Amino acid sequence: MAYDKFNILRTTAVPLPIENVDTDQIIPARFLKATERKGFGDNLFRDWRYNQDGTPKEDFVLNNPKYKGKILVGGANFGSGSSREHAAWAVYDCGFRCVISSFFADIFRGNCLNIGVLPVQVSAEFLQKIFAAIEADPNAEFEVSLEDQKVTILATGESEPFDINDYKKGNMTNGFDDIDYLLNIKENIQEFAKSTPL
Amino acid sequence: MSTKKTLFDKVWDSHVVHQIENGPDVLFIDRHMVHEVTSPVAFLGLKNRGIRVMHPEKTFATADHNTPTINQHLPVEDPLSANQLKMLEENANEYGISYWGLGHEKNGIVHVVGPEYGITQPGATIVCGDSHTSTHGAFGAIAFGIGTSEVEMVLATQCIMQPKPKSMRINITGDLQYGVTPKDVALFIISQLTTSGATGYFVEYAGDVFKSMTMEGRMTVCNLSIEMGARGGMIAPDETTFHYVKGREFTPKGEAWDTAMNYWQTLYTDEGAEFDKELTFDGSQIEPMITYGTNPGMGMGISKDIPNAADVQGGASTYKKSLQYMKFGEGDSMIGKSIDFVFLGSCTNGRIEDFRAFASIVKGKQKADNVTAWLVPGSHQVEAAIKEEGILAILNDAGFELREPGCSACLAMNDDKVPPGKLAVSTSNRNFEGRQGPGSRTLLASPLVAAAAAVTGKVTDPRELMEKELA
Ligand code: SF4
Repeated sequence: MAYDKFNILRTTAVPLPIENVDTDQIIPARFLKATERKGFGDNLFRDWRYNQDGTPKEDFVLNNPKYKGKILVGGANFGSGSSREHAAWAVYDCGFRCVISSFFADIFRGNCLNIGVLPVQVSAEFLQKIFAAIEADPNAEFEVSLEDQKVTILATGESEPFDINDYKKGNMTNGFDDIDYLLNIKENIQEFAKSTPL
Repeated sequence: MSTKKTLFDKVWDSHVVHQIENGPDVLFIDRHMVHEVTSPVAFLGLKNRGIRVMHPEKTFATADHNTPTINQHLPVEDPLSANQLKMLEENANEYGISYWGLGHEKNGIVHVVGPEYGITQPGATIVCGDSHTSTHGAFGAIAFGIGTSEVEMVLATQCIMQPKPKSMRINITGDLQYGVTPKDVALFIISQLTTSGATGYFVEYAGDVFKSMTMEGRMTVCNLSIEMGARGGMIAPDETTFHYVKGREFTPKGEAWDTAMNYWQTLYTDEGAEFDKELTFDGSQIEPMITYGTNPGMGMGISKDIPNAADVQGGASTYKKSLQYMKFGEGDSMIGKSIDFVFLGSCTNGRIEDFRAFASIVKGKQKADNVTAWLVPGSHQVEAAIKEEGILAILNDAGFELREPGCSACLAMNDDKVPPGKLAVSTSNRNFEGRQGPGSRTLLASPLVAAAAAVTGKVTDPRELMEKELA
């Protein structure tokens, strides 16, 4: 389905300085039983966020009112493990439009791009600067410009460019998705299908 | 530009429908496997767009992720799981897709039944909304896991849009030691590369160790490719592959077989073809492996001690948090740690060979009293073989029961959940926090290590039990 257009995001950020955050942590398997894309945000980081009796764990960042914003900042190798797109849905449903890390797992990155959450990969040094800026001031704002492919720590003015291919950039800017594209070249595909051996 | 191509290049390039400049390739998909958990929203998307499945005959659906592993003849109790299963069946019927639901003779874990029925073939592109789709790479196919948006894409257009990954070859030379299984080879590689060491790459496994490996073993290795971050892993098809594939329900027959063979025999990496990265390990140095942390890269030879935070790659605080969760300390030995659960199964180690290996250790012994064991075949075909080969009798005599096929405690979406704090030796693929149930602690290992733990009640080097057997 087509999604919101992404242009410039100027917001505070939520820090999660843990490495290898896998999609089982982002959303545990027992919450994958829905048949519609609704309500996954409630269970984002379920077992880090809530005790088994459902009470919030005070020390988890999402339960700390100091931290809010539309950017989630994670440690290296964010989104590893299971291919469940529900992880990206949960991130989106919780109000995040951008995830920043120094390294993303492939499938999670692709899933984010497919639903309109921008994965921004920065250097390990810049990631530390972002964490430091949030630690110094939880209200510190960041600007993510898709057009300029640049993320800026507004408090210090420091910025770093990030990569995204032109095709995906166009999709995100215009709120298009891949199926729109593929349906447009359907005849090519049908022609190709005739020649496949298997 | 060099005309020498890798196995991966040959298969990928021949499936590119269209190339987008500074963007992804449009890749044609030969086989699409669908299961109940990652497909409902994709089918809903089709409905909303008012479009049909483009190639239902290339699409196969099975129920496995949230199915119970006992009393499958009864209605599924959990209403949410039951609803997902019903949706899959309805969607399969609506769009004319083969559906192997609960109770169907061909039902089983998607990555186990695909190869069993010949849906998986060399040189094919295969996707499924499950990251362990990499399993099918064992046949020289390009196979990888996709998200639900991509499931919808493939249903709608039989294509996917992906940038071509970089290439890596991992060579394992020499012979494996006694008691070292394909699972150990895979856990060893992941421990060397870490869980992100192959991110962005598609891996080819090569060398003597893989040449002499059975198809089941190759599937175990390729299955675990995703655990080092790779999109997938593949092994060039050879006589072992062709022999396995021949005569299965969905494999080509007669003249079509000859045509297919002509294609399949071209599927190898040309001498001199270049990889973006190449690694070589000595297979004889690999020990039976076990994990001690909360990702599959945190593994070591079973006789070793848990490394100190200072000696590992990555951040010390994440490492310590992981050990804290596992309730282990730096420098601990794993041998002798008391365990509570054993899980034999999953698309990693739920095939007949895995049950043979497990039985070879427990034969004539008894399950330890402190251990709850879940033995879950990957499919009905595996279940039937367990019975036919007399393995069931061996297991029963040793105090084990066999459950019905499904993913089970691999992801614990059904009732097979390891309780909080309990320690499980598991032949599955992920030891993430809570993967096998909230608060569960998982040690990943081979079926031999799992069997040794099941009969001794603690982490035990299986070679000890095997050597006694030999003596
Ligand atoms: S056994 Fe585990 S990894 Fe394999 S398909 Fe099922 S849930 Fe996925």
